[in-house]
Amino acid sequence: MKKPLKIVVLAKQVPDTRNVGKDAMKADGTVNRAALPAIFNPEDLNALEQALILKDMRPGSTVHILTMGPHRAADIIRDAMFRGADGGILLTDRKFAGADTLATSYALSRALDKVKPDIIVAGRQAIDGDTAQVGPQVAEKMGIPQVTYAEEIVSLADDNGEIVIKRRLDHGVEVVSCTLPLVVTVNGSAAPCRPRHAKRVMKYKHARIPTELQDMDSDYISQMYETRDYLKIGEWSVSDVDAEDNQLGLAGSPTKVKAIENVVFQAKEAKRLTASDSDIDQLMAELIASHTLG
Amino acid sequence: MNNLMVYCELENGRVMDVSLELLTKGRELADTLACKLEAVVISHNLSGIEKELAEYGADTVWVADGEELDPYRTLPHSAILCGLFGQEKPQIALMGATPVGRDLGPRVSSALHSGLTADCTSLVIGDHKDNKSGKEYTGLLYQIRPAFGGNIIATIINPDCRPQMVTVREGVMKKEKAAKPGAGELRVLDYKQWLNDTDFAVKIIERHMEERKINVKGAPVIVSGGYGMGSKENFALLHELAEVLGAEVGASRAAVDAGFADHARQVGQTGVTVRPKLYIACGISGQIQHTAGMDQSSMIISINTDPEAPINKLADYAITGDVNEVIPKMIKYYKQNSK
Repeated sequence: MKKPLKIVVLAKQVPDTRNVGKDAMKADGTVNRAALPAIFNPEDLNALEQALILKDMRPGSTVHILTMGPHRAADIIRDAMFRGADGGILLTDRKFAGADTLATSYALSRALDKVKPDIIVAGRQAIDGDTAQVGPQVAEKMGIPQVTYAEEIVSLADDNGEIVIKRRLDHGVEVVSCTLPLVVTVNGSAAPCRPRHAKRVMKYKHARIPTELQDMDSDYISQMYETRDYLKIGEWSVSDVDAEDNQLGLAGSPTKVKAIENVVFQAKEAKRLTASDSDIDQLMAELIASHTLG
Repeated sequence: MNNLMVYCELENGRVMDVSLELLTKGRELADTLACKLEAVVISHNLSGIEKELAEYGADTVWVADGEELDPYRTLPHSAILCGLFGQEKPQIALMGATPVGRDLGPRVSSALHSGLTADCTSLVIGDHKDNKSGKEYTGLLYQIRPAFGGNIIATIINPDCRPQMVTVREGVMKKEKAAKPGAGELRVLDYKQWLNDTDFAVKIIERHMEERKINVKGAPVIVSGGYGMGSKENFALLHELAEVLGAEVGASRAAVDAGFADHARQVGQTGVTVRPKLYIACGISGQIQHTAGMDQSSMIISINTDPEAPINKLADYAITGDVNEVIPKMIKYYKQNSK
């Protein structure tokens, strides 16, 4: 008898720092955040796919997204629902603001304590910080094992007693087994996430957190929302997760930002060359003569 | 007590470069703070390891040596490290930003509520005054790292919690034997006191580690390609030039993400940091993510169709042109004119 799983995917909405275009930096050298679109953190999409694969292996399982952020972060929960997730919870409260990875992990672990998932899947790291810390820290706070750098969930025993996972390390692979519950963080080298499904987009496009619904002020959607539970995205504040204020946000963060410096290229005078034979030959001759080459 | 500890990692039985780089940096910081530099090694078959670590300045070498500790697993290693940190109360702990360090560091920092800064590019000792409370701190570790995709450089401090933990990527710090070797006093840990059966919940079924074939970090000349190379096939041209010049091929994150090159070749903030004699940047726009890992090259040549590409601001020579045209000319000239 195969038992269904309660699966939670930890995800984050991030500014798209990979595609920093020419307008992403202002003239004074500061970051122009408005020019960076907010996206689903790429490795969290890989994590979602692994969660959906698990769900496929275990009919009756559920996949929920847990994210912490401002109201607009509900976008990634909807996106996940379009791709196959059953729903999600947005942790949102001013008291969460300014959190470092430890305070973030604390808040997420408080919410997870309420959900009690069998398995927690997250992207290895988020592109705005690249720290890779939240997954392991959540595992520690929950007192359960972690498997990081996962590339593939290889198998799951019928009674959910043992899960086998392939890890992709810098110079090799490792296959490990473990019992549930467990935190798995997934590498970008894992299978890409399945695309949005047209039928699911139609079904879930009006999914909302309560705050979004109030802001919209539409009777039509409100009525639909009342009768269709699958449109309800959870919106939890500090009081919903029984978190201690002194462990949250800035106060709960051991690390503090002392200074921020914008990176400004200091232009030096580059010698400008063309692709002509004479320019290239002369450059190569200089490099050989100066023993930079050879 | 309150010393500076470096978690040293082994690969194929040898101490990893990144650990020796951290000992080198740790020696300098410990001298500034007038405290001891201590190394921690958790693995198997470690006899004599203290000698090598002493050459890099370790005053004390803590060793947990046991068959069950190799290869690395999260729970036993973090339990031992937490036990040792609880006993010795180091003020600073450094570890490599390797798959092991990035798995272990956050687990330990969460258990000790100590704070951890990942991927620091510079570490400096300095003072701090908290503007709100007026409290003054001396001898704090400034943990300096790029953030926001490398567009800003942040200085992070950890005023009240200990140890101040950081990870550093391989190649970011210089590796140098200490002018005066450390005492290398061996302290064998009775580590089993900190372990439970549940710490062995994760079992390793299979493990295939490859010898490192690609060594971008150690190459005197690097021919590096970006997204502008257009395809994996076009990267073959870079390999050809690299072979002729006796160079190694590097790549930007965009090129690696696009599948043009292996991750081991990635130069930049989330790849390796390099300081070659000559760096030839081909079809690389010059995002800070990349330049953070190569801006200390002695000489930089950029080849780009865009004369305004940001990389040209770093370059000594900026060639405006198509790589597919320029590189064959370089190969041809070098073949004809080098001895």
